[in-house]
Amino acid sequence: MTTSNKILIDGNEAAAHIAYRVSEVIAIYPITPSSNMGEWADAWSAEATPNIWGTIPNVVEMQSEGGAAGAVHGALQAGSLSTTFTASQGLLLMIPNMYKIAGELTPTVFHIAARSLAAQALSIFGDHSDVMSARQTGFAMLCSNSVQETMDMALIAHAATLQASVPFVHFFDGFRTSHEVAKIDEVSDSTIKAMIHDEDVMNFRERALTPDRPVIRGTAQNPDVYFQGRETCNPFYARTPQIVDDCMKSFAKLTGRKYDLFNYVGAPDAERVIVMMGSGAEAAHELVDVLLERGEKIGLLKVRLYRPFSIERFVQALPKTLKSLAVLDRTKEPGAIGDPLYLDVVTAITETFQNGAAPFKTFPKIFGGRYGLSSKEFTPAMIKAVYDELKKERPKNHFTIGINDDVSHTSLEWDKNFSIEKESTFRGIFWGLGADGTVSANKNSIKIIGEETENFAQGYFVYDSKKSGSVTTSYLRFGKNPIRSSYLISTANFVACHQFQFLEQFDVLEKAAPGATFLLNSPYSKDQVWDHLPHSVQETIIAKKLNFHAIDAVKVARETGMGGRVNTIMQTCFFAISGILPADESIAKIKLAIKKTFGKKGDEIVNQNYKAVDMTVQNLFKVIVPQRATSKIVLSSAVADHAPDFVKQVTCAIMAGKGDELPVSKIPHDGTYPVGTTKWEKRNIAQDIPVWESDICIQCGKCAFICPHGVIRSKVYEEKDLSGAPATYKSTKTKGNDFGAGTLYTIQVAPEDCTGCELCVEICPAKSKTDSSKKAINMAPQRPIRETEKANWDFFLIIPEYDRNKIKSHTVKGSQILQPLFEFSGACAGCGETPYIKLATQLFGDRMLVANATGCSSIYGGNLPTTPYTHETSGRGPAWSNSLFEDNAEFGLGYRLAINKKKVQAEELLKKLSSQVGDSLVTSILNSNQTDEAEIFAQRERVAVLKDKISKISTSDAKHLSSLADYLVKKSVWIIGGDGWAYDIGYGGLDHVLASGADVNVLVLDTEVYSNTGGQMSKSTPIGAVAKFAAAGRPTGKKDLGLLAMSYGHVYVAKVAMGANDTHTLKAFLEAERYPGPSLIIAYSPCIAHGYNLRYQATQQKMAVDSGHWHLYRYNPDSPQKGLNPFVMDSKTPKTQLKDYMDQEARFKMLKKIDPARAELLYGKAQQFVNEKYKFYDALAKMNQAEGKTDQT
Amino acid sequence: MELQTDYMGLKLKNPIVASACPLTKDLDRVKEMEESGVAGIILPSLFEEEISYDQHAMDQFLNYSTHSVGSEATSFFPEPENFKNFEGEEYLESLRRIKASVGIPIIGSLNGSTAGGWVKYAKLIQEAGADALELNIFFIPTEVNLTGAEVENRYVEILKLVKAQVSIPVAIKMTPFFSSIGNMAKRFDDAGANGLVLFNRFQGPDFDLDKLEAAMKPSFSTHSDIRLPLHWTAILFGKVKASLAATRGIKSGIDVLKMIMAGADATMITSLFYQEGVYCASRIIKEMTHWMEEHEYQSIRQMKGSMSYIHVADKSAFVRANYMKMLRAI
Repeated sequence: MTTSNKILIDGNEAAAHIAYRVSEVIAIYPITPSSNMGEWADAWSAEATPNIWGTIPNVVEMQSEGGAAGAVHGALQAGSLSTTFTASQGLLLMIPNMYKIAGELTPTVFHIAARSLAAQALSIFGDHSDVMSARQTGFAMLCSNSVQETMDMALIAHAATLQASVPFVHFFDGFRTSHEVAKIDEVSDSTIKAMIHDEDVMNFRERALTPDRPVIRGTAQNPDVYFQGRETCNPFYARTPQIVDDCMKSFAKLTGRKYDLFNYVGAPDAERVIVMMGSGAEAAHELVDVLLERGEKIGLLKVRLYRPFSIERFVQALPKTLKSLAVLDRTKEPGAIGDPLYLDVVTAITETFQNGAAPFKTFPKIFGGRYGLSSKEFTPAMIKAVYDELKKERPKNHFTIGINDDVSHTSLEWDKNFSIEKESTFRGIFWGLGADGTVSANKNSIKIIGEETENFAQGYFVYDSKKSGSVTTSYLRFGKNPIRSSYLISTANFVACHQFQFLEQFDVLEKAAPGATFLLNSPYSKDQVWDHLPHSVQETIIAKKLNFHAIDAVKVARETGMGGRVNTIMQTCFFAISGILPADESIAKIKLAIKKTFGKKGDEIVNQNYKAVDMTVQNLFKVIVPQRATSKIVLSSAVADHAPDFVKQVTCAIMAGKGDELPVSKIPHDGTYPVGTTKWEKRNIAQDIPVWESDICIQCGKCAFICPHGVIRSKVYEEKDLSGAPATYKSTKTKGNDFGAGTLYTIQVAPEDCTGCELCVEICPAKSKTDSSKKAINMAPQRPIRETEKANWDFFLIIPEYDRNKIKSHTVKGSQILQPLFEFSGACAGCGETPYIKLATQLFGDRMLVANATGCSSIYGGNLPTTPYTHETSGRGPAWSNSLFEDNAEFGLGYRLAINKKKVQAEELLKKLSSQVGDSLVTSILNSNQTDEAEIFAQRERVAVLKDKISKISTSDAKHLSSLADYLVKKSVWIIGGDGWAYDIGYGGLDHVLASGADVNVLVLDTEVYSNTGGQMSKSTPIGAVAKFAAAGRPTGKKDLGLLAMSYGHVYVAKVAMGANDTHTLKAFLEAERYPGPSLIIAYSPCIAHGYNLRYQATQQKMAVDSGHWHLYRYNPDSPQKGLNPFVMDSKTPKTQLKDYMDQEARFKMLKKIDPARAELLYGKAQQFVNEKYKFYDALAKMNQAEGKTDQT
Repeated sequence: MELQTDYMGLKLKNPIVASACPLTKDLDRVKEMEESGVAGIILPSLFEEEISYDQHAMDQFLNYSTHSVGSEATSFFPEPENFKNFEGEEYLESLRRIKASVGIPIIGSLNGSTAGGWVKYAKLIQEAGADALELNIFFIPTEVNLTGAEVENRYVEILKLVKAQVSIPVAIKMTPFFSSIGNMAKRFDDAGANGLVLFNRFQGPDFDLDKLEAAMKPSFSTHSDIRLPLHWTAILFGKVKASLAATRGIKSGIDVLKMIMAGADATMITSLFYQEGVYCASRIIKEMTHWMEEHEYQSIRQMKGSMSYIHVADKSAFVRANYMKMLRAI
């Protein structure tokens, strides 16, 4: 047996650790929660880490999971040991290749972080829906239940596949295992080498396609032999269980860790047994240990090798005394007679009886249950409820556990107070903000405790669904015994709140155990802190007798140069008062960890953190808790009283973190939700918000134009509308002649919805004549003005919107008088994408349908609890849906086809009913061209008259026309997505849709990287940028999507950068929508993945344009008909060096810190690339110059 | 013609040294300078802020603002095992490369304003092979309560810290804004400065009236800029142990000779390289040689300090009377 090395890693790294070492070719594509496996592989490859044969695996990112599977299939056929990683929809895209790979009996392992599939909604969280959808492909399936098992089974799978010639899916639960950090025994290279036999590798290579000994594989077969061919594989599947078992035995000899195909734990004479697989089995194992001590005759069977399913081994593993069996599936197959594992178990036991081989005295009762979909908590209390159910005379079959199903009544009740948390285990919950470093600090703490003590350690991290002001909760367990608790902490003996404002927003102390320690980051002193706590928090502290400590970590951070980063300080406090390590020792360990973490980035950072540690100890204080609660701070309800019922009953519960308590009946059955609900979610995440100075303002509208969250708005109105305005409401006369005399103008901020990104302040061009530091928009602390600005905002909203028909929407100023129908999304502060979406909704929202590719825009656009798309007072607004990542263009085309068809049907009916509704009305409706707002408005009026008329006609045609008449008014189809979709996974479909000539508007929010999954390279990523999957910097140039589209000749194309030229962006949007064919707008979208303070994004966008990184242009296919060049270059000759732009962003600059020589090479290459690109565009723009004609309008 | 000179113990084949500027980090340009006769190179400054900024910016963007944004994106950048160049490695590597490729002395340059951790780079620059170090202390005392003495002490303190790190000669590039330049020169001299460079040309901000913003716009020295260093070189010659280098406004061989006669051991050029190209050095040398031949000088040594304060007959040209005379001449 080899000596073990304890390491602290998560499940993804554990799987990648093995996969990388035993592979030669690795094809990757990002998808949550498996992306990290590919990221590890790419990073190791970039650092030239060898595999066990001393060579560096070739890691290649593909354009989709389908592509990754194809590349793996090809690499396998050509004889390289290959692997890939994926989850969910990605696995679905791999299925066609999986059939092929299995059909050809080719060894490989696909590592899957199992995740839900998109059905009534998308979910990134964990269950077995994806792997169960691949169970029929012929891949063997091996399941890991914990981080340790993930590393172990990964190796067993790789060893077994080579021996069995059957490909394997190795899966583990997404997030719960893939993202849980645990202390495990590392599988050493010597163990890996001992498990992977050279002769198996040689045999595999022997089957490689090579012209040196040619064969063909992948033939087409006919009815005569295909069937027989399909049966040839049976012996391979028959012997696979034994091969896996042998590998497990070999592994046990090498490591001491024993596994079986089916692992039984529990009483040898158990009568009630649960069969399941995945991380939930660990919680069940923990419960079984407790219940056995209480004398219960129960057991648990963990299924490890799910395919091929060995009936014989399964039955042997069960106790002979078995009377009833609950089979738990973590997937749902609507309409089936049971979920997959249940059906397998029923079949297995039935067959055993049928064959007379059953070891049981009687045929056991078998019940199926479903649990844990989309990472729904699965606790010992729920598992106990299942065991208890089996005790009943007539247990429920096809039950659910973990929810309240008040519709189909499938759910089991469970005791919410039942807990088996061990007192000997340290259980800490830490509340933090995404960017305050809480998660990183906790990962560091786990490392310190895990590496420096004998304790086992577990860390699990939960994030909310917002990208700005994201709340993180870290769950840490430490203890002398292995930790199987695959569920959140139910009672904590340590609770830390790193952000004081959370006390007003969440029940931070809900899970604090009596006598627990409570650590609070508070801006108040020892004498003041108690009085500033909400009343309910005071009550809890007193009632639970909490040991209460506080520190002003922000002050310490400020004084030690740490800015707003409180991580090191709060971590030091944790060690100082938790008693996990002796105080002095822990300080030394923290400093060592700081040196390890930050040392590579320079001494200054290390010293700064050291200083913070030293100052922390001096500033931490214990709060004397009074006898009774005295606070006058009483928390108000989460939403306003006048919110709709659905918002109050459903949305509000989700916002408050109580979504788990909602019963089935409260959830829409088909995934349909109301729009316009973000306005009820007052998040108050900005410390500072913009304040308008009406006397300095020049009313240009730029602030509202660039605002990512629709929180800063302008309105024009009549003086009479001011009646009843709050005293602090600001108003001024409109400037210029765009609006009538005597009209008033206001810029108003939504104080509770602003994220404080400061883009508006940066873009504001107006400065005070007496103080150039003062602009027309300036930031001010939110708290002192919250209430007054709330009243002002509410008043602003009730002022009627200005008549759209009178607005010059082709000017930036005019466009910003239009109401945004996309507001308060959860996008990052300073998001570069959302201003474009908001603009589209302002211009076309009343007639807009959005097909949204999966990605950031589908998350901030459609992730519960609230929806930023909204409607105007008429009720009209964007209708939105997300199909998949890869099919968005096709999905949007579907909208257009349906709309066109319905319009044609309506026109046909209109003609038929012409005599009844009036020829002149029919003619004017049919002849309306609807090319501008006024025409569209007029058509709406005509259709209203038409609907009124036909409502009085009772024929079938009239009824049909009534349901179709609205389609006589122009509808605007918008296909929106990021560059990952448009350049990579969805490009084939996008190309086809553009080629189709259909009237759709495609908006590509180009961040030059896969933003939503954490910054992986796309084909839009520029040369020299460091990204995930391009850890060594991208060596090749970005794809010219616009040029490809232009090549058709009938596609309107514009490349825009709002921060560089807002007027150009506006013009492009208007032209694109007006163009009656396909339009493509490629919009430069700064993203946090670029690595700079997005407050400065407008300046950076200008630099992108000035340096030639991002050329502005429009290509209008209508122009040649007017004798004009269709291509108009709207940006000037580059006037700065590209490096001046690149050096402002960490994505480029970090390459200089990783590999300066390569950075120099790629910087040079990048400059050459943009030079050539400019020359080409310039030539294109001058093509018709001989005639002196370009469209510069 | 004997043009050799000794600057802080460095043997220069002539007095022309390229000042710290972006050109001097480019090996090809440096080689061209050497070919055209430049006798020494001062590398661009390694800035305190640059070292500090890079460390902080990378820390912020790699560890905080792009971290834990949500379940799907727990980070946005790969985290390499090893980083380079947070501690000036690129600068040091460039120094090594240039040092290995040319024969003329190479002087490193450090630019900072605090007695912070950055002074350790002095030692690293020495280890990388620099023949000497130039210290550029760029400190703008915008706080009106800060006294002149406090500012002066800060300069001397930084010099001492740097001197303690290295054994190679250290020059300090002086600001002309001290109340008593001579006294500061003496204090630097006493603190161990091996060279005094007269003077640092502060690039003040310009205003953009359209944007109502102050903006940094680099500008070139003009010929009249020569007066200030000429004046002070002449005054300081013979009064300090340290070598003297004159810089600002040097456009011709005559300008170089003026500086030498004032007492400079070396003269430094930047703007002209941009305005005329790096080969201007050969023109300057030709002009120097021609003038010296015409006027029957044999060596630079001969004329050094010959017109300094201590050697001119009419000292009034160096003091207040001179000012009055000039006014009358207008």
